[in-house]
Amino acid sequence: MDSVARPFDPRLLRQVPSTRRDVVLLAVLGAAVAVAVVTAAAALARALAAAVDLRLDPGAITVFLLALTARAALTSGLGVVAARMAATAKATLRADLLSAVGRRGPGWLAGQRAGELATLTGRGLDALDGYFTGYLPQLVLGVTVPIGVLATLAFTDLASAVIVLVTLPLIPIFGILVGWQTRNATERQWRRLRMLGGHFLDMLSGLPTLKAFGRARAQVAAVREMADRHRVATMRTLRIAFLSALVLELVGTISVALVAVPVGLRLLGGGMTLAAAFTVLLLTPEAYAPLRAAGTRFHASMEGLTALDQAFTLLAAADGGAAGGTRTAPRPGVIELQKVTVAYERTTALRDVDLTIRPGERIALVGPSGGGKSTLLNLLLGFTVPTSGRVLVDGADLAELDLDGWRRQLGWVPQRAHLFADTLAANIALGAPDAPRERIAGAARAAALGPVVDALPQGLDTVLGERGHGLSSGERQRLALARAFLRDAPLLLLDEPTARLDAASEQAVVESTLSLVEGRTALLVAHRPALLAAATRVIRIDQGTLHELVTA
Amino acid sequence: MRRCDVVSRGGVVRRVLAFAYPLRWRFVGAGLLAAGTEAAGLGLMAAATWLLATAAGQPPLIALSIAIVLVRALAIGRGVLRYVERLASHDAVLRMVTEVRARIFATLVDRPPARRADALSRMVSDVDAVQDLVIRVLLPMAAAGLVADAAVGTALLADPAVALVLLAGLLVTGVALPLLAARLARHGAARLAPLRAAYAADTVDLVHGAADLAAFGARPGYEARGAAHAEELARVERALARRSFAVDAAATALGGVTAMAVLVTALSRGLPGVWIAVLAVATLAAGELALSLLAAARKGAEIQGSLHRVAELLDEPGDPAAGLPIPDGSVHLRLRGAGVRYRHDAAPALHDIDLDLPPGHRVAIVGPSGAGKSTLLALLTGAIPPDTGTATAEPPGPAGGGGTPITAYDRERWPVAVTGLLADAHLFHASVRDNLLLARPGATDEELLAACRTAGLADWVAEHGLDVRVGEDGAELSGGQRQRLALARAVLADPHVLLLDEPTEGLDPAQADAVLAAVLADRGGRSVVLVTHRLTGLDAFDEVVVLDGGRVKERGTQGWVRAHGG
Repeated sequence: MDSVARPFDPRLLRQVPSTRRDVVLLAVLGAAVAVAVVTAAAALARALAAAVDLRLDPGAITVFLLALTARAALTSGLGVVAARMAATAKATLRADLLSAVGRRGPGWLAGQRAGELATLTGRGLDALDGYFTGYLPQLVLGVTVPIGVLATLAFTDLASAVIVLVTLPLIPIFGILVGWQTRNATERQWRRLRMLGGHFLDMLSGLPTLKAFGRARAQVAAVREMADRHRVATMRTLRIAFLSALVLELVGTISVALVAVPVGLRLLGGGMTLAAAFTVLLLTPEAYAPLRAAGTRFHASMEGLTALDQAFTLLAAADGGAAGGTRTAPRPGVIELQKVTVAYERTTALRDVDLTIRPGERIALVGPSGGGKSTLLNLLLGFTVPTSGRVLVDGADLAELDLDGWRRQLGWVPQRAHLFADTLAANIALGAPDAPRERIAGAARAAALGPVVDALPQGLDTVLGERGHGLSSGERQRLALARAFLRDAPLLLLDEPTARLDAASEQAVVESTLSLVEGRTALLVAHRPALLAAATRVIRIDQGTLHELVTA
Repeated sequence: MRRCDVVSRGGVVRRVLAFAYPLRWRFVGAGLLAAGTEAAGLGLMAAATWLLATAAGQPPLIALSIAIVLVRALAIGRGVLRYVERLASHDAVLRMVTEVRARIFATLVDRPPARRADALSRMVSDVDAVQDLVIRVLLPMAAAGLVADAAVGTALLADPAVALVLLAGLLVTGVALPLLAARLARHGAARLAPLRAAYAADTVDLVHGAADLAAFGARPGYEARGAAHAEELARVERALARRSFAVDAAATALGGVTAMAVLVTALSRGLPGVWIAVLAVATLAAGELALSLLAAARKGAEIQGSLHRVAELLDEPGDPAAGLPIPDGSVHLRLRGAGVRYRHDAAPALHDIDLDLPPGHRVAIVGPSGAGKSTLLALLTGAIPPDTGTATAEPPGPAGGGGTPITAYDRERWPVAVTGLLADAHLFHASVRDNLLLARPGATDEELLAACRTAGLADWVAEHGLDVRVGEDGAELSGGQRQRLALARAVLADPHVLLLDEPTEGLDPAQADAVLAAVLADRGGRSVVLVTHRLTGLDAFDEVVVLDGGRVKERGTQGWVRAHGG
C-alpha cells in the first residue's frame, strides 16, 4: 500500500523510456498553461475594469479570448500527451509482461501467476487511463500554475501574494493530515465494509445452494438487511472521508474571501487600480484549482497506480536469464538423466533419478498422480530445470542447448491442450503455420479428428478458443495428437493422452496414439492397458523415484 | 425471458429510477443542496466582483459591508453545502442500491441458475453503476440545470438581450457539447470493445497457452499478433483522447466567448458598469459549471451497458405461488421420456430418459462429463422442467394417471423431498455451523456433529469447532474438507431422496469409498441418487444407469459393475 501511495512511480521512466520525453513535454505544456492563465486573467481584468467605466476595450477582450483559447488548447494538449503516455505505457508494459512469459518459459507461470498475469495484461492495465489523463496533468498544473500566479501576484499586489503563498501549502498538508486521520479512523471500518460488500457476491454465488435447501426466498430479507448495514457502515466512513474534500474546498474558497475583502478595502482607500484588483480576484482561485482537482482524483487514480505497481513487481520477478543456452541441438540420440533432482518450494518431484532413453524405445510411465511423471516430461521439454543433476542429449547438457532448436525435434501431447483463438487448422498447425492444407487435413485424420472436423460448422476453418467454438476433452486430446502428427518429430512426449475420456473417444485416441508412436522414440504417461501394450519398457514413478517394471 | 428484451435507453434509466421514487424527497433535497453548492460558488465570484467594482467608486465603507459579509458567508457556505450534499446524496443512493440489490436477488431466485463466476462479479459491479448514475450523472445535471436557469433568470431581470446571449452560450456549452461528448464516448466504447476483447483473447493464448507455444516454437507469431493488437488499441485510444480533449477545449473557449458577448451586449444596452462586470464574471463561472456536465455526460455513456444489465434483472416480484404440499414420509419419483434442451440449436442435454425411483431405491448415474448427469439431477430437484416427457412425483403407491409434475409442488418446500450435494455446492463466508444450519435450520449441535461424523469431518470439527469461519467459498479449507463439509450439509438435510453429485471428488480413492459407505449406511433404507464417474462402491445400488451424450447408453441392476470389469 505504501509503495503505491506516491503520486508518481519513477520506475515508469525506466521501464517505458518514451515516457521521459512525454514528461518533459508535460512540464513544458504546464508552464505554457500557466503563462496563458496569467495572461488571460490580466486581460480580462482590464476588460472588466474598462466595462465598469462603461468603456469597451477591444484590445483587452481580444487578448483575453486569444489567451483563453490558448489555455484551452494547451490544457487539452496536456491531456492528449497524458493519454499518449497512458497508451504507450500500457502497450509497452503489456509487451514486456508477455515477453517475460516467453523468456521465463511456462514453468515460471505455474499456479496463480498465470491468472494474475492474464488479468493484469488484459484489463488490469486499463486502469492506468484514469491515472494518466485524470491525475497526472493536474499534478503538473498544480506546480506550474501556482508558480505563475504567485509571480504575477507578487508584482500586482504583494499582500495577496503572501496570503496565497501561506494558504496554498495547506491543501497538500491538510490533504495528508486528513488522509492519515481517515486511515486511522476507518481502517477497521474498511475491513467491515469489504466484508459486507462481499456478502452480496457470496449470496449470488451461493444462490443455487440456497435454492437446493429451500432457503433462497428467506434470504431476500437477509440481503436487504446486509445491504442496509453496508449503507450505515459506508456512511460512517464517508462522514470522515468527505472531510478531506471539505477542507480542500474551504481552503480554496476562503482564500478568495481572504484576498477579495482586503483588496476591496484598499480600492476604497484608492491604493490600487481596479484592473489590478480584478487580476488578483481572478487569479487567486486559479492557484488552488489544479491541486484541488488532483486531490479529488487521487483516490480514483490509485487503482491505476496499483496496477502499475503490480506490473513492475511481476516484471522484477521475471528478471533473470532465459532458460536454455545457445548450442545447436543434436538429433535426439541417447538421452540420459544423471542424478536428477527437481525440488519445488514445498515438494520434491524427482529424487536422484537416473534414466537412459535409447532411440526407438517406447517407455510407458505409470504411477500415482503427483508422483513425478509430468515433471519428467517437463524436464525433457526444458520447462523445468533440474535442481541438481544433468539431462544429457547425446552427451550434451540440455541446459546449454538452444531450446527452440531442441524442441523442434519433440512432439508433445499435453494432458489438456490449449485452444488458441484461431481456426482449427491453425491450432493443428501450431508451430508449422506454413504447412500445406492437405498435410493439416491428413494429421487431423490420423488423429481420429476427421469426424470432429466434419461436425464443425466451418470444418477446419472453424474458429476455436476464448470466443469461438469449444472442444470436448476427447476432441482436445485428438487435436493435441494431430499437432504431434503434423510435427513428425523423432521424440514424442505424451502426457496421459487418454485421461478423462469416455469409452468411444478413448478407443479412437488409443488407436491413433499407437500409430503415432510407431517407429519413434516415445515417453508416454499412461494408465490404460491398451497403451501399455505399445511400450517397450514400463517405469513406475512414485514419490520421485523410478522403478523399472517390465523390460520387453 | 418473458419480458421484452429491447429496453430503450430512456426506459432503462426509468426502470432503475423507479427505485428512487420512494426516496424522492431525499433526492430532491440532495439536488437542491447540489444546486446550492454550485450557486454559492457562482455567487462568491459575482459578489466579490461587485465588491471590487463598487469599491473602486470609493463609496462609504457601509455600502460594502453587506457584500463583505456575503463574500465570507458564501466562501464558507460553499464548502459546507458541498459536504452536506455529498452525505445526503450518498445516503439516499445507498438506500436505493439496497433495494436494487434485494430486487436483483429476488429476481435471480426465480430464474434458472447457470451463471459463471465472472458474470456474478460483473453483476455486483454493475450495481455500482446505479450509484454513478445518480451521483455522477443526474445530480450534477440537475444542479447545473437549476443554477443555469437561475443565472438566466437573474440576467433577465437586468436585461432580456443579455439573458438571451447567456442562454445561447449556455445551451451550446451546457447542452450541445455534453451531447457531443456522450456521443463520442459511446462511439469510442463501441470501437474499443472489440479491440480490447481481441487483445484479451491474445493475452489468454499467450499466458495460458504458454506451454503449447514453447513446445511448438510458435510463440513469436502469437506474440507479434498480440503486439499488433496492442498497438492498434493504443492508436485508437490516442485518437479518441484527441477528440475528447478537443471538446473540453471548445467548452472552455466558448465559455470565454459567451462571457465577452455578455459584456459587449450589456455595454451596448447601457447597463450600470458594476453590473456589467458582475454579469461577465458570473457567465464565466457558469461556463465552468458546463465543464462538469461534460464529465457527467461521459460517465452516463460509460455506464449504459451496466445499467442495461441491471435493468434486465429488475423483474417485478412475482407472487410466490404456493405449490402443492410435499408428501409426508416419502415420495416416488418418475421420469418418463424426459428430455432437456438448453439451446435450440444444440443437441439435447438429455434425451428420452426413463427412470423409476420408488421409495428406498438407490440409483447410480455413471458417465463421462457432459453426459447429462447433472441435468438429470436438475430435473429431480425441479430446478428445470423437462422440455419433452414428464418428471413427476407422488406419494408412494401405484402410479395414478399422468402423475404430478415435480415443478407443481411448493418450490421452497420441495427440498424436504429431494435435495443433496449438487454440482455447484457453495460454501458461504460464514461459520461451519451457519453453513450446516442452512440445510436444517434449528438442528441441534448433536445433529450437526453426527452429520460431520458421517461425512468424515468429525476429527476436523473436534479440532476447530463449529464456529470457525470457512472463508470465501470455503477458501480456508482444503479441497477435501470443503467437499466433506458440503457433504455433511447434504446429509443433515435428510430429504426423502438424497442426491449426491460426485460427492467424493477431491478425496483419494480409499477415503472416497469409506465416506460413500458411511453416507449410505446413514441413509438406511431411504432413496439415494448418486452421480459419479468412478465405478467402485456401486454394489450397494439397485440400479446403475450409464449416460452418454444425454442418452441412456446402458443400464443394469446389481452386479452390472462386476460384469463390466469396473
